[in-house]
Amino acid sequence: MLRYILKRLVSIIPVLLGISVVVFFAVRLIPGDYATVTLGTQYTEEAAAALRQRYGLDQSIITQYFIWLKGILTGDFGFSYISNQPVALLLFSRVPVTLELTLFSLLMAVLVGIPMGYWAACKRNRMPDSAVTVLGLLGISIPGFWLGTMLVLLFSLTLKWFPSGGFVPLSEGILANLRCMFLPALALGVAVSAVVMRSSRSAMIEVVDQEYMKMGKAKGLSQTRLILKHGVKNTMIQVLTILGLQTGSLLGGSVVIEQIFSLPGVGSLALQAINNRDYLVLQGTVLFIAVMFVLINLIVDLLYCVVNPQIRY
Amino acid sequence: MKEFMHRFLHNKLAVAGSLILLLFLLSAVLAPVIAPFDPYYMDSTAVLMPPGGKHLLGTDNMGRDILSRIIYGSRISLQVSLVSVSIATAAGVFLGVLAGYFGKLTDGIISRVIEIMFAFPEVLLALLIMAILGPSLNNIMIAIGIVYTPIFARITRGAVLTVKESLHVEAARSIGVSDFSIIVRHILPNVLAPILVQITLSLAFAILSEAALSFLGIGVEPDIPSWGIMLNNGKSWIEIAWWVGVFPGIAIALAVLGFNILGDGLRDVLDPRLRNVEN
Repeated sequence: MLRYILKRLVSIIPVLLGISVVVFFAVRLIPGDYATVTLGTQYTEEAAAALRQRYGLDQSIITQYFIWLKGILTGDFGFSYISNQPVALLLFSRVPVTLELTLFSLLMAVLVGIPMGYWAACKRNRMPDSAVTVLGLLGISIPGFWLGTMLVLLFSLTLKWFPSGGFVPLSEGILANLRCMFLPALALGVAVSAVVMRSSRSAMIEVVDQEYMKMGKAKGLSQTRLILKHGVKNTMIQVLTILGLQTGSLLGGSVVIEQIFSLPGVGSLALQAINNRDYLVLQGTVLFIAVMFVLINLIVDLLYCVVNPQIRY
Repeated sequence: MKEFMHRFLHNKLAVAGSLILLLFLLSAVLAPVIAPFDPYYMDSTAVLMPPGGKHLLGTDNMGRDILSRIIYGSRISLQVSLVSVSIATAAGVFLGVLAGYFGKLTDGIISRVIEIMFAFPEVLLALLIMAILGPSLNNIMIAIGIVYTPIFARITRGAVLTVKESLHVEAARSIGVSDFSIIVRHILPNVLAPILVQITLSLAFAILSEAALSFLGIGVEPDIPSWGIMLNNGKSWIEIAWWVGVFPGIAIALAVLGFNILGDGLRDVLDPRLRNVEN
């Protein structure tokens, strides 16, 4: 087990390095000179040169990459060109929002998607199965950002149950925090819940056809006990894989949802950075999201061994 | 082919999906004939008109007919999805065949690149590429094409690895058939099924991606009647004119639903083992 964990940890190093190369060079390909954007009407050759020197932009791009990488490895993501704040600090202040949004949506997928998928599988080809199938198809087809707008229209503007945007930190009140996160999490979580529901259903359908399930039934085990004791355990690998992969959709989707609900998360920071040509902030945010995604899938891989002790690497 | 068509026509999902998509295809092709107004025409006397009367789905803040813009918008959505998925399929299948068939170093390099690209959530990668290329219709097709290339490469690679060990490929190789010929005549036809299913599902994702990027303001140019742009505009007027944002969203959901249903149906048709499981 320990050997496998070490092997997996080593195997993600080239991926992480690759991500850093893609992020750094992709961001540098974005057209528009930082000095021109920042100085605006006060642009002079001297001022631009001084600015470029200050941020190391006058050095070769390869040198800039290694300086940046060295900084990242020591926790120094550089400074925002716009606000002059450390990128790490900006990220640190935004991460809780995105993390909460992602976890909320994931929780919804687990609490709604998995049980409904299992339920549909147990009632295969009957009404509940058809209902879940239709719901699943609708869930993956409705754009989250449109759903978000519709939720605002219904629950914020018409019924006035939830705020239409903004963020209240957990430290300022749990209820107020939950109220402002509910609609965004719902808008983001519906599609992922639908995907998880479809996968749980198909995983359970495969399992209920297995000999050991028939044997359990023949021994007189109730359907619920059979599903809970043997079914769930044997579908966990598939469900975990989907949950890991869907985290990517959640992290990506949060960029759009944060925009709709004016949430100060990592996604909206990335969008601001694109508009402002704030290279280091954009590099930091994109790198953070990609690395998070890789690490979550690494955890999922490691969980395989816990869920199914037969798996030995 | 005959058997495929028979199974296809007897699969409810595949037929329902095809019908929805046919509706969109007709709306895109016949847009100039069926759209009641010019989608760019601004009627200053009919700003934010509610649905009904001569404007069936109402008008937006510039007095443009929403139904006409949705009909013309189907052209943009279909064009973006078809072109971007064609790019992704061509590039992905090419890379997947190279990696799967030739193996060794080629496979090592391509697989690592795919792995790195998979580390980026789709929307984020598309966002980054659009920031580099700039908002335009052509660029959004390229960006979405690049984003979906890895999935095609991975699927093709996996399928090629299985097929290349089969007897008929071994036999062809032993009698000296060239690699190119083996790939075109023996490998590609046998990896077509999973690719076909992925094409259908990717078309749905491409419509969603285009709408999401345009919604964020970094997709197509703002004056183009794209469903994403219309949603973005609708969001600003949601408090006083719900119709501006509601109808384009329904159009997106329907088109995506059509491709998803067709994808599910095709999977059942092409792989009867999965029938009634993955829908």
